[in-house]
Amino acid sequence: MGLVEAVLSGDRRAMARLITRIENDAAGAHADLAQLYAHTGRAHIVGVTGAPGAGKSTLVNELAKAYRADSRRVGVLAVDPTSPFSGGAVLGDRIRMRDLSGDSGVFIRSMATRGSLGGLARATASAIKVLDAAGFDVIMVETVGAGQSEVEIAQTAHTVVVVEATGMGDDVQAIKAGLLEIADVFAVNKADRPGADHTVAALEMLLDLSHAVPSPAEERPSRLLEIIRGHHKPSPSAKHPPLPDEASAERISPFPGREACPAVVGARDQGVRSTWRPPVIKTIAEGGDGILDLARDIADHRRYVEDTGEMVRRNQVHLVNELERILRDGLMDRLLSQIDQASLASLMAQVATRELDPYAAAHQLLAGSQ
Amino acid sequence: MNERRPDRRQKIRVLVAKPGLDGHDRGAKVVARALRDAGMEVIYTGLRQTPEMIAEAALQEDVDVVGLSVLSGAHMALLPRIVELLHGNDMDDVLVIAGGIIPDEDIAPLEQAGVHGVFGPGTSTDEIVKFIQDHVRN
Repeated sequence: MGLVEAVLSGDRRAMARLITRIENDAAGAHADLAQLYAHTGRAHIVGVTGAPGAGKSTLVNELAKAYRADSRRVGVLAVDPTSPFSGGAVLGDRIRMRDLSGDSGVFIRSMATRGSLGGLARATASAIKVLDAAGFDVIMVETVGAGQSEVEIAQTAHTVVVVEATGMGDDVQAIKAGLLEIADVFAVNKADRPGADHTVAALEMLLDLSHAVPSPAEERPSRLLEIIRGHHKPSPSAKHPPLPDEASAERISPFPGREACPAVVGARDQGVRSTWRPPVIKTIAEGGDGILDLARDIADHRRYVEDTGEMVRRNQVHLVNELERILRDGLMDRLLSQIDQASLASLMAQVATRELDPYAAAHQLLAGSQ
Repeated sequence: MNERRPDRRQKIRVLVAKPGLDGHDRGAKVVARALRDAGMEVIYTGLRQTPEMIAEAALQEDVDVVGLSVLSGAHMALLPRIVELLHGNDMDDVLVIAGGIIPDEDIAPLEQAGVHGVFGPGTSTDEIVKFIQDHVRN
């Protein structure tokens, strides 16, 4: 039996192997994914994000137990950071998920970010497809301990749970942009600590404000999505459109890869006003308090996105973003294969000595690759 | 498109686990950290793992190496059982190494049972890194 058939039949070793092959970009991994693709799109993908130490892993453990009590099969992808210095990683999320061991209805995989900055690994979207095709009903994706802007999970999950630990930050933290904006459900964890009610109140106030103000129609949409929707026509005459200069760079970046997140467009996408107000649930993950409420709200959110058509929109946004990411990687690889090392080194040397600025260097590299 | 990328190397994945009942994992954490610094991806599972838990985690994580630390004296019972379960999962190509308090006279029988290397107290972490790098299929 081939790897793909084995995954479809629920073989755990095959799932594990295929995820490794995807992570390593092994030959044939893309072909295997292509075969699995038609079998995906069924699972509810739940993102769990929040600051380091907020209690994400413990919460995932408790949620998984709740889903299992409901006879649903659960896949977990737990992402931890790769060291930028050694390239190694210590992946410790399983420590908090020991209750799930020995249950054949649960599959847990730890993933290292391997250089990705958005809170997930580059291979996470593909690993989700493997578990989806293998028939897991719920796939929980736990991000790295996030700061304020690791919001890639919004482009990957149907429902995003943001875990806030009690007593972290003040009211101003709650009105900043970023992580808090992507929440579909808030879990205020460690709610047995003093200050839990204050944290809940601060989040509710944030939600009052965001419902009072009309949402911006398009924040920073994917460029592909703009084209698809006809908002932006690519100029057919310019085969290689000139790079924008620095003045206009803020509008369209010549290097979209520099932005951790080119398109966070969920409910706010297309200017559609979401009628979903993210519920704020107090939890004590250690001990399981509030978990059933949290699971209920996650399920409610799923019904909401399905009933309103938001699910279709989110899936479209996810896939367009994924396509854009693959294209970007592919174009970069193609470019690098056409540039010789000597000219790259000499350009870099000129940039380092301030003879050439990075934009001019990029112009030269792109011109040379045509 | 781009099935091969020469610049992305395969990472060595290692499961570091503490089977049995001892409640002390300083040594396991030092080893985990050293392996990380050598560029490996280390899945650390924490204390008090059963052989079944360890074998299942090794399978799901698709590791190349299983590193086991036992201080309790139960190594002759636990380690062969873990090797057996790994083999039962069709993971006979996994490198199994052990550390902790293991008397010299137990090393040969453990090796007989399928443990590839035993590293006692005082072993330098470099030695463990080198052993793994030399033995893992690449």
